[in-house]
Amino acid sequence: MAKQSMTMAKALNEGLRRAMEKDRKVLLIGEDIGKLGGVFRITDGLQKDFGEDRVIDAPLAESAIVGTSVGLAIRGYRMVVEIQFDGFVYPAFDQIVSQVAKLHKRSAGVYTMGLVIRLPFQGGIGAIEHHSESPEAYFVHTAGLRVVACSTPNDAYWMIQQSIEHDDPIIFCEPKSRYWEKGEVDLDNPPYGLFDAVVRRPGTDVTVVAYGSMVKTALRSAEVAESEGVSLEVIDARSLSPLDLDTIAASVEKTGRLVVVQEAPPAASVGSEIVAAVSERCFSSMRAPGTRVSAYHVPYPPSRIEDAFRPSVDRVMDAIDRVMGYDQ
Amino acid sequence: MITDELVQLLTPEGERVSHPEYRSELGREEILGFYRDMVIVRRLCNESTSLQRQGQLALWAPLQGQEAAQIGAGRALAPMDFTFPSYREHGVAWTRGVPPRDMLRIFRATTSGGWDPQRYRHSLPMVVLGDQTLHAVGYAMGIQRDGADEAVMTFFGDGASSQGDVLESFVWAASFNAPVVFVLQNNQWAISEPTSLQTKIPLYHRAHGFGFPGVRVDGNDVLAMYEVAKRAMDNARAGGGPTLIEAYTYRMGAHTTSDDPTRYRVDAEVEVWRHRDPIERVKALLAREFGAHKATFDEVAAEAEQLALQLREDVLAMDAPEPTMMFDHVYAEPHALTEAGRREMIELGLDGGH
Repeated sequence: MAKQSMTMAKALNEGLRRAMEKDRKVLLIGEDIGKLGGVFRITDGLQKDFGEDRVIDAPLAESAIVGTSVGLAIRGYRMVVEIQFDGFVYPAFDQIVSQVAKLHKRSAGVYTMGLVIRLPFQGGIGAIEHHSESPEAYFVHTAGLRVVACSTPNDAYWMIQQSIEHDDPIIFCEPKSRYWEKGEVDLDNPPYGLFDAVVRRPGTDVTVVAYGSMVKTALRSAEVAESEGVSLEVIDARSLSPLDLDTIAASVEKTGRLVVVQEAPPAASVGSEIVAAVSERCFSSMRAPGTRVSAYHVPYPPSRIEDAFRPSVDRVMDAIDRVMGYDQ
Repeated sequence: MITDELVQLLTPEGERVSHPEYRSELGREEILGFYRDMVIVRRLCNESTSLQRQGQLALWAPLQGQEAAQIGAGRALAPMDFTFPSYREHGVAWTRGVPPRDMLRIFRATTSGGWDPQRYRHSLPMVVLGDQTLHAVGYAMGIQRDGADEAVMTFFGDGASSQGDVLESFVWAASFNAPVVFVLQNNQWAISEPTSLQTKIPLYHRAHGFGFPGVRVDGNDVLAMYEVAKRAMDNARAGGGPTLIEAYTYRMGAHTTSDDPTRYRVDAEVEVWRHRDPIERVKALLAREFGAHKATFDEVAAEAEQLALQLREDVLAMDAPEPTMMFDHVYAEPHALTEAGRREMIELGLDGGH
C-alpha cells in the first residue's frame, strides 16, 4: 500500500476504518458521529459503511456516553468514544476516573476496560469558550488510565489503531489545530510503539519536549534557534501516561538543559511532571533548571487573543535564552 | 404512605390479595425457598453487623427490611441475565450465588472487589451513587448487538434517583429500547434525608416521563416483587424495552454501621414498618396455606445459623493482603510509574506489611 499524503483528520478516519475492519467488536460512539461524521468529520462515512449498530449516534450526555461504554466493554466490546470537544469531557469525569480507571483493578483483572476516549484538545482554532482546553493533566494524574497525544498524520493513523488494540483505557488526545495539516502516512508499518517518545529533530544544546499542537511550535523554534547558533533537540512526548522518561532523560543527559512546551496551564501539569522526573534522574548533568513554557493560569481566553495565551515561538525562545544564560 | 397504586399479592398478615394484572402461582417449594433465602440473608446481615461492632469489618451496610425486594427480584432472573448492584444488594448477590465471605471482603477492606463478576453474572458493589445504571444500559446494548436472549437488572435507591447518571440511564434505555430493568428500592431514607427531599412525585411515575413503564410494588412482599420483576425481565428479553420497578420498602437498620438513625427519624415510624416485615408474612402464608410446621422453620433457622457461624469463621481468617497487591491489575499491561512504585516498595523492604 505504501505511503500516502493526507490530513490528520483523514488519517484518524482511515485508522478507525482499519480497526473496525479488523475487529467486529470495535464500536464507535459519540455525538453527531453518524450521518454528520462528527463535528470534525473524523468518523466521516463510517456509519454508512459499518451500520448504526457499530457507529452509534449518542444522546447528548457525556457521562452516559462513557458510562454505557463501560457496560459495553464489560460485555466484550472495544469502545471508541468521541468526546466532541475537550471542554465537554467534564460531565464524564466521574465515569472516567471512578469507573473506567478502576474497574479492571476492582474486578482483579476480569473486566477489560480497553476504551479509547478520543478527545479533540488544545486551542488555536478561533473557537468560542469550552472548545479549546487542555485537560490532559487530570487524566495523567489518575492511576488506571493512559494518555497519549498524536502530533502528525502518520502517528494519528497508527496510534489510534494501537490504542484500540491495547487493553488499558486510553485518553487519546487529538490536537484539533493540526487536524487539517497534511503529512505522509505509511500505511504498512507503524513507526513507533504507542508509548514511545520520539526525537523529532536531533540537537545538542537544549532538549525541548512538546506534545500535540506544540510539537510544531517547538520545531519552528528549533529553526529560529539554529539561525541564532543554538541547537535544540525536539522530542515529541507522544505518551503522557506513561511518560517515556528514558528517551527524555537520555537527551537531557546529553544537552544538560530541558524546556517543556505545553498549551496547558503550568500548575500540576504534564510539564511539571516531566521537569520534576527529569530533575530527579539527571540533576548532576543539568546546567540549568528544567523550565516550562505553558499557557497562563487563567481560563482559556476569548480566541481573538488566544495567540497571546498559547505558547508561541517567541515565548519558547525566551525560555531557551534563559536556560542558555545559566552558563554565562 | 402506601397507596392503592402498589402491587401487592400478600398482605403483612400473610393473606393473599388479588391484583388485576399480577398473580402468583408459585407452589410450596418456591415460596419456602424465598423464605429460606430471606431468613438466611437477614441472619448473615446481622452477623455482619456484629462483626463490624467487634472491629472485624471496616463498615457494613445492612439490608434488614429489604429482603423481599432483593430476593424477589433476584429469583426472577435467568442464569444468563446480568446484574449491576449498588452497595446494599447482599440479597441479590446471594441469589446470584456469590459466596457470603466474598461479599464481605470489601467490607473487611482486604480488596476493592471481592468476586469474579463474570462468573456470577453479578457486578461489583458500586459506592458512587447511580454510576452502575449506565453500565447496565451499556451492557444491555451489548446484548442487543449480540442478539442474545438475556436482559439486565440494575439496583439503586431513592437517594440515587436524584443522580444525573440515573436520569441519563433512563434516557438511554428508552432511546435504545435497551433490555434493562431498573429496580429502585425506595427504603424511605438516603442516610438522613427522606424521600420527600428527592422527589415531589411517586418515583415510579418518573419512568412515564422518559417513555417506559414504571410500577410500584410492595417491596416487602416477595411474591409481588418476584412476579413484577419476572414479567419486566421477560418483557425486556422479548424486545419490550426497559421497566422501572419501585420497590416500596423500608431500611429497618442504619444506613451503615457509621450511621445513627435516632438523630433523624422516630421510633414510631420504624414500628409501623416492623409490622410490615417481609419474612413474617411469608411464614404466616406457609403455615396457613401449605401447612408448614415449626420443624420446617427451625430447620431453616438452623441452616442460617450454621451459615452465619461459617461466615464469621471465614471473615476472621481473612488477613490483610500483601501490600504489593495494590500494584496488581491497575493496568492490563505494566505501566512504568506503577511498576516503579512496586520496585521501590520491595527495595525498601516495605512489602512485608506486618
